[in-house]
Amino acid sequence: MKRMINLSPTPAMKWLLGLLPFVLIIVLYVVASDARLAENPSDKLLPSFSSMTEAMNRMAFEPSKRSGDYLFWTDTLSSLKRLSIGVGIAAIAGLIIGIATGALPILNASLSPLLTVISLIPCLALLPVLFIVLGLGEVSKIALITIGITPFIARDIQRRTREIPVEQLIKAQTLGANTAQIISRVLLPQLMPKLINSVRLSLGTGWLFLIAAEAIASTDGLGYRIFLVRRYLSMEVILPYVAWITLLAFLFDLLLRKLGTRLFPWESAE
Amino acid sequence: MITARNLWKNYGDQTVLERINVTVDEGEFVTLVGTSGCGKTTFLKLLLGIESLSKGSLELDGRAIPDEPGPDRGIVFQQYSVFPHMTVLGNVMAVAGLQQRNLSGLLRGQRKQDALQASTALLERVGLQDTLTRYPHELSGGMRQRLAIAQALMARPRILLLDEPFGALDPGIRADMHELVLELWRENNLTIFMVTHDLKEGFHLGTRLWVFDKPRIDPQAPGAYGATITYDLPVGERAPARQETPSMASMLATTQA
Repeated sequence: MKRMINLSPTPAMKWLLGLLPFVLIIVLYVVASDARLAENPSDKLLPSFSSMTEAMNRMAFEPSKRSGDYLFWTDTLSSLKRLSIGVGIAAIAGLIIGIATGALPILNASLSPLLTVISLIPCLALLPVLFIVLGLGEVSKIALITIGITPFIARDIQRRTREIPVEQLIKAQTLGANTAQIISRVLLPQLMPKLINSVRLSLGTGWLFLIAAEAIASTDGLGYRIFLVRRYLSMEVILPYVAWITLLAFLFDLLLRKLGTRLFPWESAE
Repeated sequence: MITARNLWKNYGDQTVLERINVTVDEGEFVTLVGTSGCGKTTFLKLLLGIESLSKGSLELDGRAIPDEPGPDRGIVFQQYSVFPHMTVLGNVMAVAGLQQRNLSGLLRGQRKQDALQASTALLERVGLQDTLTRYPHELSGGMRQRLAIAQALMARPRILLLDEPFGALDPGIRADMHELVLELWRENNLTIFMVTHDLKEGFHLGTRLWVFDKPRIDPQAPGAYGATITYDLPVGERAPARQETPSMASMLATTQA
């Protein structure tokens, strides 16, 4: 018998083993849900899959009686808009701050301490400030996401900039490059794939801030909806919404990863 | 061309180099050998301008060496010498872009055509004509160093600094590289400084061999005295008729200790 650490599954086995926990959770849910519903058909805690499908049909394919909107899609659209604008601004700001402080010692000396302090502020505590200063509209929600993840991206890019071998910077200088050219031709292209990774890592935090902001003050959005229907214990809406958010997060991550390997073929070899 | 007068280099109270007095003429090929930590790379860094000397002077054409790297002094390191995000052709063409005085270093129009032709010719010269569109990570170690040399030459430096450029290569490939470097040195009228810890390489290449060693050692304070050039020998074509000087055995002993 081989040692446990030397036993590895065949590819097919690996798939099965990976799928197994998901199947188990679903089976467990169905059994528990059936048991509760058998005892009390109007139980709301563990809705059956058919009631979830029915609820989602209503949310996605029937116009709302109040506004005439297809709520599921308008929620998704406004959430994605907020998230992508917020993360987009954070990515650009983080890239600029990160390269500037990573490449230029003088800027680093003046900005690094500030960046460290800002990254320590618990952003959710700033939310009331944002609501007071920026109002309850879109701006404050986007600002929360941006403020929440910019320091992380900036510090990550700063570290990545410093990881680029000093030999390359010296070489570029012996080839006649000035500071701007070193940044635009040597540093920036090598940092773009790092930026994609950094954004992938900060998307989870981005969703967190988005849902928090929507839960507190909003009139639409995925986060708003699940906190709204919580009042009626509508688990048949909340659970599919959570699954949908998870799927969106997964798709975003997949998209960024594919984009990275597509655009920067030299990076994946490392 | 290059003159060092009573040059010293300290790091804190550690003396690395001391009492270096040399003159190098245009077109010489100097190889620097010595044990590791004896200051030969430090000397190269002084020439490059990324280290500053502590005492004495180091002059290029009668003026102090600038305190940052510049296009008159090209460099090839043992590794990380090429840009991993550019293709072989891109690495060499980028040089033409980086020599323009603008922000982006991008090439356009006629200049781009000229750079393309010059780069292709240069890459053909170093034997990389079949790998123009590959990225550095797809090349072997020897090819990567060929690329690094082509890239350095594209900037038309007067002085080429080589920091153990072939240290990581197989012996056979290293021999090919030696021939290439010798040919390029003659064709381009370069002044070359090459750091190596292979004494044979030092004797084979170049016109002049410098051995760095510590002539004085204080056992109570190992850092008190630095290394200097203990042997300055004409070698290769310039060497006097083959005579295996008795000092060679002792040099081998000191440098390979």
